Amino acid sequence: MAAEREPPPLGDGKPTDFEDLEDGEDLFTSTVSTLESSPSSPEPASLPAEDISANSNGPKPTEVVLDDDREDLFAEATEEVSLDSPEREPILSSEPSPAVTPVTPTTLIAPRIESKSMSAPVIFDRSREEIEEEANGDIFDIEIGVSDPEKVGDGMNAYMAYRVTTKTSLSMFSKSEFSVKRRFSDFLGLHSKLASKYLHVGYIVPPAPEKSIVGMTKVKVGKEDSSSTEFVEKRRAALERYLQRTVKHPTLLQDPDLRQFLESSELPRAVNTQALSGAGILRMANKAADAVNKMTIKMNESDAWFEEKQQQFENLDQQLRKLHVSVEALVCHRKELSANTAAFAKSAAMLGNSEDHTALSRALSQLAEVEEKIDQLHQEHAFADFYMFSELLSDYIRLIAAVKGVFDHRMKCWQKWEDAQITLLKKREAEAKMMVANKPDKIQQAKNEIREWEAKVQQGERDFEQISKTIRKEVGRFEKERVKDFKTVIIKYLESLVQTQQQLIKYWEAFLPEAKAIA
Amino acid sequence: MMEGLDDGPDFLSEEDRGLKAINVNLQSDAALQVDISDALSERDKVKFTVHTKSSLPNFKQNEFSVVRQHEEFIWLHDSFVENEDYAGYIIPPAPPRPDFDASREKLQKLGEGEGSMTKEEFTKMKQELEAEYLAIFKKTVAMHEVFLCRVAAHPILRRDLNFHVFLEYNQDLSVRGKNKKEKLEDFFKNMVKSADGVIVSGVKDVDDFFEHERTFLLEYHNRVKDASAKSDRMTRSHKSAADDYNRIGSSLYALGTQDSTDICKFFLKVSELFDKTRKIEARVSADEDLKLSDLLKYYLRESQAAKDLLYRRSRSLVDYENANKALDKARAKNKDVLQAETSQQLCCQKFEKISESAKQELIDFKTRRVAAFRKNLVELAELELKHAKGNLQLLQNCLAVLNGDT
Repeated sequence: MAAEREPPPLGDGKPTDFEDLEDGEDLFTSTVSTLESSPSSPEPASLPAEDISANSNGPKPTEVVLDDDREDLFAEATEEVSLDSPEREPILSSEPSPAVTPVTPTTLIAPRIESKSMSAPVIFDRSREEIEEEANGDIFDIEIGVSDPEKVGDGMNAYMAYRVTTKTSLSMFSKSEFSVKRRFSDFLGLHSKLASKYLHVGYIVPPAPEKSIVGMTKVKVGKEDSSSTEFVEKRRAALERYLQRTVKHPTLLQDPDLRQFLESSELPRAVNTQALSGAGILRMANKAADAVNKMTIKMNESDAWFEEKQQQFENLDQQLRKLHVSVEALVCHRKELSANTAAFAKSAAMLGNSEDHTALSRALSQLAEVEEKIDQLHQEHAFADFYMFSELLSDYIRLIAAVKGVFDHRMKCWQKWEDAQITLLKKREAEAKMMVANKPDKIQQAKNEIREWEAKVQQGERDFEQISKTIRKEVGRFEKERVKDFKTVIIKYLESLVQTQQQLIKYWEAFLPEAKAIA
Repeated sequence: MMEGLDDGPDFLSEEDRGLKAINVNLQSDAALQVDISDALSERDKVKFTVHTKSSLPNFKQNEFSVVRQHEEFIWLHDSFVENEDYAGYIIPPAPPRPDFDASREKLQKLGEGEGSMTKEEFTKMKQELEAEYLAIFKKTVAMHEVFLCRVAAHPILRRDLNFHVFLEYNQDLSVRGKNKKEKLEDFFKNMVKSADGVIVSGVKDVDDFFEHERTFLLEYHNRVKDASAKSDRMTRSHKSAADDYNRIGSSLYALGTQDSTDICKFFLKVSELFDKTRKIEARVSADEDLKLSDLLKYYLRESQAAKDLLYRRSRSLVDYENANKALDKARAKNKDVLQAETSQQLCCQKFEKISESAKQELIDFKTRRVAAFRKNLVELAELELKHAKGNLQLLQNCLAVLNGDT
């Protein structure tokens, strides 16, 4: 197919490289990075590719595109672009300026300018935003449900299996409705894979529900009491929300791991998610190292937007935590109220029994019944308080932690770039010294190293710009989602409160004539 | 801190109605009308202004007021209890001691924690605690008033001399609270009484009416005690939940003012909703407390008083029977017959007198109880409905605004 097309207006036509790349996957991978490094390509078709960062099992070109129309265009585009190395790492090209310009045959794209002008990306972002909006409005027609928790196995090896049902009209899935059985560690495994792929390039990957050793142990041991059923229900709801958030993310939705998770009937067991595994310990070590690094990085923030946003998220985090504490207290008190109401109802019934005036006795019994019903109402109310309000808040507290993590990655990226620049400087100095000392072989080596590090510097800069761009977009999307989420959930919560009050009215209205009938 | 009763008219009227209603059959006759027109709360005592309107000749004036403290009410109550002549009546239960300790402690804690919360939160909580204090204050006033009204309504007790002194004597009655020794004596007296009560209750009564009443009262008293405790706990949980609304409202407000997106209006509206809902929930809790908890508490005390009456009657019955036995013995020995006879006659009279009045008292007790429960349960249901409807209205309004915005 490639042969049929006009060679793209590349600065330096590299037909040779072109032929090298037979492997569609690699082509694509490289494509991505080149696309990313050309900020001045507003062509919509290139967008979908941008979303998929240059790593992991490079998704097949055809599957990348959201819009069917653009599919072909894009597919062709990818195959045409000649690229340097088919590695997964950010491409290290040996040329000073990877001529990555033209991607699409339709538009003439100006060669990439060295200057780090952020204006182009901004336009870029905006058009991307528009496309994103279109895509969003374009119905993310996918619905995920997590249901039917069932205990598999016995004793300490037992686990809960959940049914994950997907209903979708998206073409990337083979069926329109399907379900699989997954266990909790599978979810954690999915998150871990997605996080390792997307977090460090600036995507806000929704965090998975937390582990709970205590809760699970109770379930494993087989305690069939209300607290373990509550625990399972809480976890089921959390897993559902987690998946729904993940699929709402346009980039993550494209990820093959996610698709595999949703579709394939057998999934390799994710042992790396166990806390005490080798991977788990490594994770903890990394976290500690990260924390230390964060303190030592002094970033030169050139963009006030980031600083502002970070502060905002910090504030939001604090406020949400405070609110969450209050809501949890409310849930607790309402549960207490429910228990006390039930106790009172029993007591009132007893009192009604011993009362020897018949009408009063009957009224007291009625009162007892009303109070019992109200107790049920309180329980439901507590349920609503918790599942809607409180869990929403705790989800967002964890999400904001993920957002903060993404900002941290940007800092690390900047650090890497800075380090590369410093090293380059050193290499140049070394070269200069060699020149003076006149050692030809060493000079050559120095020159090579300089070239290498110049490339690294450029890559670092590209990465930094890319992550900044991605973060801006992600934060915009996050904020929109957040607003929508909060509004929807709170309205739902208030509506449930309306129900409660209406029921209350019904109960008391039924009781009133009984009370009046006491003669 | 809190002076006067006439702060929140709304508050006052409901509560006044509420507690007075416990004794619905109070004849508001011109002969004797008693009420507490004012009250002052000082450091650790409350001074009640007892106001009397009477056309009875016993009093020097037709209308007069005196200032009394809690101890003087207790003195009056005890004087009734100790008076043999009143053995056959249900003595109106004494009002409980005014207890502001909990409330005062909370206010103190609030003052200490002032630095750790925002200004709005602090003002809100302060208002809340002040309202609580006021509520407790009004309750204690009402309970003292109910006691006096009960006495004034009782055909026999209202003529008691001590009562008149209490009402009229406009100087300090020099009634001090019981000192340690007296309290210890009381404690022993009670122990003896309850032991005696057990013995006496073993005596089967010939009279069906009293037998029935005894079993009934015993069971009823216990169950009312239980119901009263549970109702208390329920009301308190309700109040805690309402308090949480306060904090949630504040947090939402903070979120609303700090957020940069268009969700801030949303948060502010919801915060407002929580504030308003909280007020309603607090009222629900207060009304439940008043109509249910207080009702049960009062009848706990009244049923105890009725039990005491029965005890006294049984006691006099035992005395009567003992006097009979003594008379028989005396007649057999033919020694001190006259003495035995007189004593037997006295016992007989006492017993019969008590029985007669006790019967009437117990019947009245039932009537009063039924009426009080009816009134309070009806009012409780009506208030709950009113508040639920109010809540519903608030929620629906808020939802309309929120849905309109989005």
